[in-house]
Amino acid sequence: MNPKRKQRLFIILGLVSGLGVTVGLVMYALSQNINLFFTPTQIAQGDAPVAQMIRLGGMVADGTVDRDPQSLRVAFDVTDFDHNVSVSYEGILPDLFREGQGVVVQGRLSGDQFLASEVLAKHDQNYMPPEVTEALRQSGKLDQMMGGKNK
Amino acid sequence: MIPEIGHFALVLSFAVSICLATLPLYGYFTRQQGFLETAKPLALLQGFTLVVSFGVLIYGFLVHDFTIKYVADNSNLDLPWHFRMSAVWGAHEGSLLLWVLILSLWGAAVALLSRGIPNHVSALVLAVMGIIGVGFLAFTLFTSNPFVRILPFAPPNGADLNPLLQDPGLIFHPPMLYMGYVGLSVAFAFAMASLISGELNSMWARWSRPWTTVAWAFLTLGIALGSWWAYYELGWGGWWFWDPVENASLIPWLVATALMHSLAVTEKRGLFRSWTLLLAIAAFSLSLLGTFLVRSGVLTSVHAFANDPERGVFILGFLVVVIGGSLTLYAVRASKVSEPGEFGWISRESFLLFNNLILTVMAVSVLLGTLYPLLVDAVGGGKVSVGAPFFNAVFVPLTAILVSGMAFGPLSKWRQADDPRLYRPLIVTMIVSVVAGLVWPTTLGGEYSIATAFGVTIALWLAIATAADFGNKTKSFGGVRQTFVRVERGMIGMWFAHFGVAIIIFGIVMVENHTEHRDLRMGVGDTQKLGSYEVRMTELSVLRGPNYVADQATFEIYRGERLYKTVSPQKRRYNASGMVMTEASIDSGFTRDLYIAMGEPLDGGDWAVRLSVKPYVDWIWAGAFLMGLGGFISVTDKRYRQRAVEKQPESCVEGAKA
Repeated sequence: MNPKRKQRLFIILGLVSGLGVTVGLVMYALSQNINLFFTPTQIAQGDAPVAQMIRLGGMVADGTVDRDPQSLRVAFDVTDFDHNVSVSYEGILPDLFREGQGVVVQGRLSGDQFLASEVLAKHDQNYMPPEVTEALRQSGKLDQMMGGKNK
Repeated sequence: MIPEIGHFALVLSFAVSICLATLPLYGYFTRQQGFLETAKPLALLQGFTLVVSFGVLIYGFLVHDFTIKYVADNSNLDLPWHFRMSAVWGAHEGSLLLWVLILSLWGAAVALLSRGIPNHVSALVLAVMGIIGVGFLAFTLFTSNPFVRILPFAPPNGADLNPLLQDPGLIFHPPMLYMGYVGLSVAFAFAMASLISGELNSMWARWSRPWTTVAWAFLTLGIALGSWWAYYELGWGGWWFWDPVENASLIPWLVATALMHSLAVTEKRGLFRSWTLLLAIAAFSLSLLGTFLVRSGVLTSVHAFANDPERGVFILGFLVVVIGGSLTLYAVRASKVSEPGEFGWISRESFLLFNNLILTVMAVSVLLGTLYPLLVDAVGGGKVSVGAPFFNAVFVPLTAILVSGMAFGPLSKWRQADDPRLYRPLIVTMIVSVVAGLVWPTTLGGEYSIATAFGVTIALWLAIATAADFGNKTKSFGGVRQTFVRVERGMIGMWFAHFGVAIIIFGIVMVENHTEHRDLRMGVGDTQKLGSYEVRMTELSVLRGPNYVADQATFEIYRGERLYKTVSPQKRRYNASGMVMTEASIDSGFTRDLYIAMGEPLDGGDWAVRLSVKPYVDWIWAGAFLMGLGGFISVTDKRYRQRAVEKQPESCVEGAKA
């Protein structure tokens, strides 16, 4: 083999093995860092793992938001209109957080409480996170919601 | 009547783009000069018709023409005029029109500035851009027409622009970003043109290099502006969220960065030719993919609009055609590329190869992380999301590896295996950066941070090596001014850009590891500590803006006994939409930002308040600005004009100013 070919062979071998190792590491990192999504019904049925970071999506149930008068603690229920999950959170809620609006919360289950570390509401008020749409579709309540939501 | 002119101009530009996509190609394959010659006038005509069309839409916003549905949906009588301008690209239809407008402007620029390039090459380039134009104009006209009217019963007032977008940052962020995204189509078109013509020498690299660099510079500034906007408008003080849409811009940026460096090798040494072609294809394809991800709403993201899936299907189809077509052409033709010449194991070629390798790996890992939720969902694995921890785990070490190589690259020489003595100055750089990096965290107080020591070492390593390289050049040229006059502009641009990277890294390391951040309950008269400051809430009031009502809190910031500053963050409720927005108060400084934002009203008249001190956060955007500036400086190099003239002595000189 001439030196030029040899060099090219080494470069290609390097590229392929580098890429292989990267994809492997990336996949490993992914498996450690993904957050599975659950609906309130799935959590009520006990399908969700306890104490592992997960996401929960649904609507903020009417009349359930309860602010602690002394601190920034807040509790509310997330519902898919079949089941409710009570969520507790400490901190500032996003501007579009409101009763009756779609929300996605990230956190861990502890008993039947969902301890949220992050509350996400979207920035466009007509926009519904796909996860929430999915949760409502599964509970068969999507049409009922959409009737009121979309102009 | 006037909106019809805009609509008509848009239809006309669609017709023009069909001609542009076909006539020059027909002329090329049948060897008819006349058809080939149509490319430039058609490209200019396309630019003109789209400028008219876009101008009409702007006019519609300025005069409150609510018979145009898009205006009625995104404007309001109370909206100030400068936000009405930016509302033009504030939603889906208008931003697509901006996309095609910018595409046509790039095309027109190629037509005007390519006199040094052989006629058939520029004709092919314009034809490829014409094909892209056909796709996007069809998309605009058939799925997202901004000129749809509401007649005869136009609403008396509009629905208002999303309040989030009522911000000066949004006036510039989308145009800049699109200049970058779409500018990559020029590099793509040059690559395609050389594949079509089979002239796979390194000339195409020389021609497309300045275009790629300009597009890259715009992309850099566009991403930075987006990050800055997110920081003060929507992010609660965060500057990067690894949101799918941010990733969608970062991935093409990484590939474009690799492309810029690999074009250097292809131009100077004629090496890596097929790899460079592939990168040019990848960079633009990924920016199309980004458009698809943003516009189809398949991913949960802060940018996702309420979208209909039909649009996603259209872009996906177009994506398949462009990527499939270009890769097929590549597969057929690239095997004919010969790679002359060799290079030593330790040479500039090797370092640039290393750069390309790492940047590609970065792009692939961000892409995997972004698409992973889609893949899992597609195979029935349920809904998952990939968060910041993944991206940080992958990105941080790769950046460290990349930056360690960035100090060597500029010192290395082309072709031959280098004398290791060439790198001797880096020993000093290494010692200084490690020592200073280790000492730096002790000056900050608080717990010693290894992460900071490591990050600052990396930043210093790059900054010192870049500065030393510049210093050595000034020594050999005799003075700073002489250096700037005589040295290649590309090198000056590189110093700026590399130094910018060091500044960004320093900013990121400091803000990520040393932000002091408190969410508190505060009422009038309450005082809280914030870093070395004390913050007292003195007043709560209600104000009326042009199109909103705001709750405003006034805070006095004290340093010791002395009043340092009074700030007034607001919580606005916009009249038309009822949407609530947070206007944070940010006191920017060289070494830190003080960030105060109102959360939400609590029982008893108190407010939830967010207070933070963000050390060196502005360095992130300052560094990005230096990078963009470096890109613009490097294309002013005379050789981009001279080379073209040498090869084409008969052509005009003054045209090729790119």
